[in-house]
Amino acid sequence: MALLEIRNVTRRFGSYTAVNNVSITVAAGEFFTLLGPSGCGKTTLLRMIAGFDLPDSGQILLDGKDMVGTPPEKRPVHTVFQTYALFPHMTVADNIAFPLKMAGKRPGEIRTKVENALGSVRLSNFGNRFPHELSGGQKQRVAFARGLVNRPRLLLLDEPLGALDAKLREEMQIELINLQKEMGVTFVFVTHAQNEALALSHRIAVMNHGNVEQIDEPSKIYGFPINRFVADFIGKISIISAQVVEAAPSHLKLHVPELGEILTIGKEGVKAGDQGALAIRPEQVRITHPSEEQRLKNHFLGKVHDFLYVGDVTTYIVEISNGAYIEALLPNSSPGRAKFFEAGDMVGVSWRHDAGIFLND
Amino acid sequence: MVRPLRHGTESVAMDRGNMWLWLAAVLVYAFLYIPLFIVVAYSFNDSRLNAEWVGFTLSWYKALFTNTEMLTAARNSLIIALSASFSATVLGTMAGLAIHRYKLKVLPILVFTPVAMPEILLGVSLLLFFLQVLNLTLGMVSIIIAHTTFCIGFVAIIVRARLQGMDESIFEAARDLGASSWQTFRLVTLPLIMPAVVAGALMSFTLSIDDFVITFFTKGVGEPILPIQIYTMIKVAVTPEVNAISTLLMLLTLGMIILAARLEARAPSGGSVPSSGKEAG
Repeated sequence: MALLEIRNVTRRFGSYTAVNNVSITVAAGEFFTLLGPSGCGKTTLLRMIAGFDLPDSGQILLDGKDMVGTPPEKRPVHTVFQTYALFPHMTVADNIAFPLKMAGKRPGEIRTKVENALGSVRLSNFGNRFPHELSGGQKQRVAFARGLVNRPRLLLLDEPLGALDAKLREEMQIELINLQKEMGVTFVFVTHAQNEALALSHRIAVMNHGNVEQIDEPSKIYGFPINRFVADFIGKISIISAQVVEAAPSHLKLHVPELGEILTIGKEGVKAGDQGALAIRPEQVRITHPSEEQRLKNHFLGKVHDFLYVGDVTTYIVEISNGAYIEALLPNSSPGRAKFFEAGDMVGVSWRHDAGIFLND
Repeated sequence: MVRPLRHGTESVAMDRGNMWLWLAAVLVYAFLYIPLFIVVAYSFNDSRLNAEWVGFTLSWYKALFTNTEMLTAARNSLIIALSASFSATVLGTMAGLAIHRYKLKVLPILVFTPVAMPEILLGVSLLLFFLQVLNLTLGMVSIIIAHTTFCIGFVAIIVRARLQGMDESIFEAARDLGASSWQTFRLVTLPLIMPAVVAGALMSFTLSIDDFVITFFTKGVGEPILPIQIYTMIKVAVTPEVNAISTLLMLLTLGMIILAARLEARAPSGGSVPSSGKEAG
């Protein structure tokens, strides 16, 4: 049975609709992510699950019980805030003990649980410290421990890694995955960072302007985005306007005015004559010397417009016809040859017939 | 090797600027503190006249502590100051919390106006209110109510200022982790605003104990009150007893102010918001 069920929830602020008729189901033990740009309604939705805000219409069910009308302290849901929200006048141990005290646990039990929680976030010797004596990453771990210590049915995480620097964030991501696995607590995670969502989640709901655009596993969200917004928001992608010429279950034949015919993977519900776009990821595009023989069906000549060297890979922006650009990713596997092509070079670009995806307008 | 920090001429110009600044500062402080110093000095002067220094004595303080009327006035003033500062602190803290929580524009205006209102106006209006609306016999109770009225605003200002610097999610976190709204107040909000509450209480106490104007209007004819008593005494002449009681009052007030300032400075900050700012999602 679903642990959390959000049914047709709408929340308006004046004439602005922050969350628009959203329905989401989260299974027990899942790491579920609400992903979207700022202002997409993900935090509003999270606050409604926590009980800090109420939907104008719709239901929020936890274990099948409607939560609307239950105050935050009565919900078996805890939140890890973006600002950590540790109590500055309490020690780390007292912070972690807080939810246990509120739940009326006995002092002996509280002591053991706090000790275990401190151990699980590798802060065993920090119990007597105050929050202002901790680093950002340590505060973050205390916030996790405090949120998890009383084993809530659901842990909500509101951009908890947003204030950490890149390296620490990666460490915390791994720690977060392990914590979730160990504790078996269901996570609902809010973020605007798509790479974080892809790395952490079992499933992702991509939100935009208060609507859920797509709910799927990370690989599906990345590989098979449902529309232009999802395709564009998650990772890098080249989008070229196209029309469907021939639709088969296994493949689509597209016509691109500037390029001619392109083959791409088949997609349900698409029929000949549909207008839309071809979306293709940079890592699916091969970039070669123009003289090299093209073995793939989709191949074109182009000119390097610009390139971006970021160490492990170089992204080339190739102009394949007037005003149509495609991005190609080349791993820098041999350090001596950091640069393969220069701006202005003629190159061949090609991709497999099952790469890319057609997006309806 | 030590390099000269400034060129000679520049340094002279700066020194001259500094000199004027110092002079201005010394004059301002002299103007502020010499009168106070004279009062203190003459309270130990072995002469009935505030004219020349004769010798050191504690007799004026002894006289003070045998002056029953003065002692009654001091006791009354202490009772008033303690009661008024207590009720003003409770009500002012509530007002500060309310102003912070409910973004009603009219609320701060209502609470803070008495602070800016001329005292004489407040005195007159309270007098009329007590006599004509409440039909109250003027005395200790009316003074306590009047003092509470003008102190509430000060407490509310201090409490609200402290709340404004705090991360709102701390209070949400408490609710989220299972605390009722009362538990959140008792275990999180109150400890965090405590320095402001105590500072507000001390401030109310000092405002109340030396208030003259409002006390004058609301005291009626019965009990002697310290500031009024002092005024009555100097109507005849500025006696060394007045100097002595003024010195004691000054000491009490000064102690309160230092305590309040220390509490405000020593308090741990109410949780910091990371510099990245909050993403509204």
